[in-house]
Amino acid sequence: MLKVEEQTPVVFSSELLAKFDDIKSRYPADKSKSALLPLLHLVQAEYLWVSTPAMDKVAEYLNIQPIEVYEVATFYTMYFLKPQGKYALEVCRTGPCCLVGAEKILSHLENKLGVKEGEVTADGLFSFRGVECLAACGYGPVLQISPEYTFYENLTTESVDKLIEDLKNKI
Amino acid sequence: MSEKVKVTIDGITVEVDNGTTILNAARQIGGDIVPPAMCYYSKLQGSGGKCRTCIVKVTKGSEKDPRPMPKLVASCRTTVMDGMEVLNITSPEVLEARAGVVEILLINHPLDCPVCDQAGECDLQNLGYEHGLQKTRYEFERRTFERIDIGDKIQLHMNRCILCYRCVFTADQITNKRVHGILNRGDHSEISTYIQQAVDNDFSGNVIDVCPVGALTDRTFRFKNRVWFTKPVDAHRDCDHEKCNGKVTLWYKGADVLRVTARKDQFGEVEEFICNTCRFDKKATADWVIEHPTHIDDTSVIASNHYETLKPLHVIQPNEALQAANEIELHKTVKY
Amino acid sequence: MSRKLLLEHINVPGINTLEVYRQKGGYRAVEKALKTLTPEEIVEEVKKSGLRGRGGAGFPTGMKWSFLAKPEGVARYLVCNADESEPGTFKDRYLMTYIPHALIEGMIVSSFALGAKVSYIYVRGEMMPQIRILEKAIAEAKAAGWLGKNILGTGYDLELYVQPGGGAYICGEETALLESLEGKRGNPRIKPPFPAIAGLYGCPTVVNNVESIAAVVPIINDGGDEYAKIGIGRSTGTKLISASGNLVKPGVYEIELGLPVEEFIYSDEYCGGIANGKRLKATVAGGSSVPVLPANLTLKLANGEPRLMSYESLSEGGFATGTMLGSGGFIAFDEDQCIVRNTWNFSRFYHHESCGQCSPCREGTGWMEKVLHKIEHGHGTMEDVDLLWDIQRKIEGNTICPLGDAAAWPVASAIRHFRDEFEWHIKEPIKSQSQNYGIANYATPIEKAPVAEEK
Ligand SMILES: Cc1cc2nc3c(=O)[nH]c(=O)nc-3n(C[C@H](O)[C@H](O)[C@H](O)COP(=O)(O)O)c2cc1C
Ligand code: SF4
Ligand code: SF4
Ligand code: FES
Ligand code: FES
Repeated sequence: MLKVEEQTPVVFSSELLAKFDDIKSRYPADKSKSALLPLLHLVQAEYLWVSTPAMDKVAEYLNIQPIEVYEVATFYTMYFLKPQGKYALEVCRTGPCCLVGAEKILSHLENKLGVKEGEVTADGLFSFRGVECLAACGYGPVLQISPEYTFYENLTTESVDKLIEDLKNKI
Repeated sequence: MSEKVKVTIDGITVEVDNGTTILNAARQIGGDIVPPAMCYYSKLQGSGGKCRTCIVKVTKGSEKDPRPMPKLVASCRTTVMDGMEVLNITSPEVLEARAGVVEILLINHPLDCPVCDQAGECDLQNLGYEHGLQKTRYEFERRTFERIDIGDKIQLHMNRCILCYRCVFTADQITNKRVHGILNRGDHSEISTYIQQAVDNDFSGNVIDVCPVGALTDRTFRFKNRVWFTKPVDAHRDCDHEKCNGKVTLWYKGADVLRVTARKDQFGEVEEFICNTCRFDKKATADWVIEHPTHIDDTSVIASNHYETLKPLHVIQPNEALQAANEIELHKTVKY
Repeated sequence: MSRKLLLEHINVPGINTLEVYRQKGGYRAVEKALKTLTPEEIVEEVKKSGLRGRGGAGFPTGMKWSFLAKPEGVARYLVCNADESEPGTFKDRYLMTYIPHALIEGMIVSSFALGAKVSYIYVRGEMMPQIRILEKAIAEAKAAGWLGKNILGTGYDLELYVQPGGGAYICGEETALLESLEGKRGNPRIKPPFPAIAGLYGCPTVVNNVESIAAVVPIINDGGDEYAKIGIGRSTGTKLISASGNLVKPGVYEIELGLPVEEFIYSDEYCGGIANGKRLKATVAGGSSVPVLPANLTLKLANGEPRLMSYESLSEGGFATGTMLGSGGFIAFDEDQCIVRNTWNFSRFYHHESCGQCSPCREGTGWMEKVLHKIEHGHGTMEDVDLLWDIQRKIEGNTICPLGDAAAWPVASAIRHFRDEFEWHIKEPIKSQSQNYGIANYATPIEKAPVAEEK
């Protein structure tokens, strides 16, 4: 059961709503529920996570029941149902990447960031988690950073250190 | 396409309408050869295929194409072909596979029958009794969830849920605004109303009746009681809800109506869905016109322990696994 | 050098743009198809080519197309399966990243052949960069008149959209993909009906893998018969193989089907051998779902003949000594890798990805993961190995979709071929935490069986 956190109501900007409309136009008029997954991605790109009020708003926009949105948002792994770090690092932890050292990268991140999987660093900048195969097995270990899903391949502990420094300096 | 086709199940031949499923053909024959169905529900569109307890072996595909089917099939979602031959209880392979499904359904089940309101009318308990292994081979911690009240009438005990999706289909097809669904994925899936929104629809109470286990139960069931101590009686009232015909079963203890349910047929399915007023608010004999005692199938667990015997439920006794898992709870039942 | 049909121009700078793609002969197939061929003739060419689905199941594409129902007045859809999530497989991502127009060109020709007016490319959500690449390429193609209304003045209209997934391996299963595209949970549908009769929005639908659709382009350009000349037996054409694991040169390779496995692993044209001078212990030849094989059975059939990269040769010997080409995800394990650990890792993957609809898969995958975790961490017993065997048997063949089988096969094959490694973990609970079992006799060459005398 998902907990209801204290959440302020959400108002979608007109730019966001314009994007919603564009996506909705891709499907037959009575099938606009098809827009649900892309819309949730847009919401997440905007707010960095998907809150219950945001889901309710999406339901309202698509004219479906809120439970239909919750069912979908909780089924798929990409939707963050609680706030993450500004940079959410996702490292592949599946077989082929483990053959070339993915587990080392994960434990290195844990040490480097000083938080456990799923937690956010005190400065709010980073969170990380292991995810399943990202379809880049030949270039492992790999990680991606949402919300842009920029991709980094052939990771080493050094390249991860550098990446984190770069991200810190970016702000 | 109303031509009839012939199908033979465990050596018994029956003629059924084209398009009938193996399970429904077996139900037309009736008796022991009817495969158990934990998720299929004839009144719910799209149900079935999920629990895999109804599996059977097709030894001959049809007259035209007599090849056997390579795998066991879910009888609830496989339609018969003319000349098809099917084995259910006469196939050791089917029985073994079904026992396997039952074992798998029980690995995360709390085995808390002694304290479960459904005990005595639970399909899983019946199945576990028939196919149960003497010892569970699952040695890991069972999945657990908090118990949740869905409004003031229904309680969800997610630990017991076998994810048959019947309640979701009911909410979708029988009630007019679905607030109830399945969250998460895989073995983390759970039935939920997300924000514990009260399910306050006129027909929401039907989810209790369709639930094959004790996951959704009636909170208004007055004083907790074991169903086999209660006496079911068919009754009706003149219900003014347009979609409810007021035909129910009243469950009595002494002179008190403990709960009201829809009437169920011999396969455990409700005959007709009833409204929440009939179910939750009419608990006086004066509300009802009594017809006659409900017929209970001899083979059901309720029948074998029917009425006032005060022994603990007999299905618990021969199954060591159930007993071990419920040692403390079994002691408690003495207090009932 | 063997023939390349899909990746011929992969190294041409700018091949991801419409301009360069056109210079290299791109969109010829669209012109030829729309202007000179009827939809039926295209289906016929694809049938003649012998092309088999590249998404994993290997079902003949032309035949699949000919099953598509064509009721009057009902829309038909082509949906491209770009959900690529099978561990070990990364060829579709490669193709979409570097030559997006190959997929778009294939989509136009295929949509025309099937009579689809709107088509979708369902890309796994994690591939946002590829989604951006495709959307840009589609915009380019549309601006140049290859998409939209009245394409090339032929009166054929086509809209092509990219749909992101939300993160779920199961959405690669075609009916789960359609559910997901309808904005629902990715629960596979119970078949029948098959998508060819009732697919997207209940309309007749074909779902094809990215590579299958891209392969339609050379088939139309050169003719189905030419395509069928490449390859071996019923494995016609070229195939993209994603090579990963402990190889000198992992990556995506286009091979002619029928290439000896040994050549693929060791030749410099392909993977260049095992990394760091180590020896090969085992392979998973077609993506995580197919049976794992020890090195000796990877290179040779049970009778000592060389094993080839083809649908038939890889599955030669059934599951007793063979495996499957699957999606072409070739994973190599060197002598220091632990089969028990990898089996546990894969079982965690399937547990995590089970949609949870049917009980054997929902409960069984988690159970297998827990038992494997226990063995891998030195707490297993001999009975656990038998229990694992039993659980996978309960799942296999008794589920709504093939994910159940995909979860069972890696476990079954690991026990079948590497049972002694499992037993070593149990007998040596402490040692197994710091050392590896090693290569044992897994690479011992298989002798050629003496040719049986004819009687
Ligand atoms: C669990 C599961 C995952 C699958 N994943 C993919 C996938 O990622 N990509 C794909 O093309 N096919 C996948 N398939 C196969 C598809 O169901 C389907 O067979 C394929 O898209 C058909 O295309 P093809 O005939 O061109 O191969 C998967 C199947 C299953 C059962
Ligand atoms: S709560 Fe009951 S009816 Fe609903 S899915 Fe679970 S077992 Fe089935
Ligand atoms: S086999 Fe697994 S993934 Fe497929 S439908 Fe059943 S539970 Fe879902
Ligand atoms: S296993 Fe890591 S990307 Fe495939
Ligand atoms: S009743 Fe047929 S699968 Fe559940």
